[in-house]
Amino acid sequence: MRSKEAILDQLYVLIRPYAREPIELCAETGLINEVGLDSVKVMELMTQIEDHFDISVPLNILPRVNSLGDLAEQLQQLLQDS
Amino acid sequence: MASLFNKFRSLEETRAGLVAGSGVDPFHVVVERVVSATEAIINGRKVIMAGTNNYLGLTFDPECVAAACRAVSEEGTGTTGSRMANGSYAAHVALENELAAFFNCPAAIVFSTGYIANLAILSTLTGAEDVILLDADCHASIYDGTRLGSAQVIRFQHNNPADLEKRLQRLGDRAGNTLVVVEGIYSMLGDRAPLREIVDIKNRYGASLLVDEAHSLGVLGEQGRGLAEELGVESGVDFITGTFSKSLGSIGGFCVSCWPQLETVRYAMRPYIFTASSSPSLIASTRKALEILSRSSALRKKLWDNATQLYQGLAAMGFELGPEISPVIAVRLPATVGETTALWNELLSQGIYVNLVLPPATPGGKPLLRCSLSAAHSQVQIKAILDAFSLFTEKLQTTA
Repeated sequence: MRSKEAILDQLYVLIRPYAREPIELCAETGLINEVGLDSVKVMELMTQIEDHFDISVPLNILPRVNSLGDLAEQLQQLLQDS
Repeated sequence: MASLFNKFRSLEETRAGLVAGSGVDPFHVVVERVVSATEAIINGRKVIMAGTNNYLGLTFDPECVAAACRAVSEEGTGTTGSRMANGSYAAHVALENELAAFFNCPAAIVFSTGYIANLAILSTLTGAEDVILLDADCHASIYDGTRLGSAQVIRFQHNNPADLEKRLQRLGDRAGNTLVVVEGIYSMLGDRAPLREIVDIKNRYGASLLVDEAHSLGVLGEQGRGLAEELGVESGVDFITGTFSKSLGSIGGFCVSCWPQLETVRYAMRPYIFTASSSPSLIASTRKALEILSRSSALRKKLWDNATQLYQGLAAMGFELGPEISPVIAVRLPATVGETTALWNELLSQGIYVNLVLPPATPGGKPLLRCSLSAAHSQVQIKAILDAFSLFTEKLQTTA
């Protein structure tokens, strides 16, 4: 099972190009208010994440995701179930 | 109290910016008078309506108008309640029987709008143990239906059967509990689903398939039943939803199915149960329009002639269009939202109304000027639309 930290490290690489301005990414970083993703960018990012981890990310998880840490936890669960 | 509105501040600023830039609110156009299926008075001027999805031009068909007038005289202006509570009118049931016969299906349900049809079916047909696999470019009514329900929702890349198959594969045993959802013609770019490939995949994985034929009913197929008929794959489609508000020229929605069990689902769909049913006049004009659509393909042929002429004319001017000829013709502009809004306004001042569609509602995040053609458009009107677009080809080249 992949650790949350290992998933976060990969997320930092995937998300950095989306940041509105250069910021230090950490588990507490907010995807919308700090990275600055709008709804279109969120979907683009999800597609990239799906390809990278070779999983399907259900839309149902999105309301539970505010920070990068939340996203990593959801992905960890999906990777475990896949 | 005021804090309730704080979350709309950015929307308010965006709207104010659009109005300041172009002098008009493109999302609050008032049609002062409707002149015909293709003309209206806006800002005191006669305008050619080229963004109404009135594909067969039946809104002013004398038979449809007479049927609606007769119904309103005989049965009143409204039903004042839902079919579960107040009862179905005979005409609601007759329309369901006629739709079932038209689609050669054992089950049909009529809804008050096309939006409600998708909301009801998508939220109810699938449960917590099921999966909905939808094309990423599906209409908002499909997304909203999935939000109201409890199924797991996964998107696949637009019109990409390989991506759909990859996701079905990942689901393993759950593929058999999956409803795949696509559209006959997609409303933004006018492109069609690769339905043959999708039917083949869903059959191999034992999934079910729903096709929303909102923009393809009356437009595609020898009999006008939509893309599934056009491609000869109707037997592979489990559910078809659609709307009365485009080719049929009224308001309402429907679902038909090869599964007679759909009839039972009627009694579980909250958007069906708790909504007032369609008024007698709407049902009457819809029934007449369905009859007209069924008895002749002449309007369909005229629509395609018009669509081909406009698509080819705009393509020859160098505009970037959707990938195929369609009655929905989207012009993708190399311009900002503000510039596109100004061009939309200029078209209106030239007497042409099209739809302004802005991100995030657009595929690829580019603004669109979306035209939709009607069988009722004349050659003179098509030429006028082309002439208006030609006036700003130069402008677009300078903004590119």
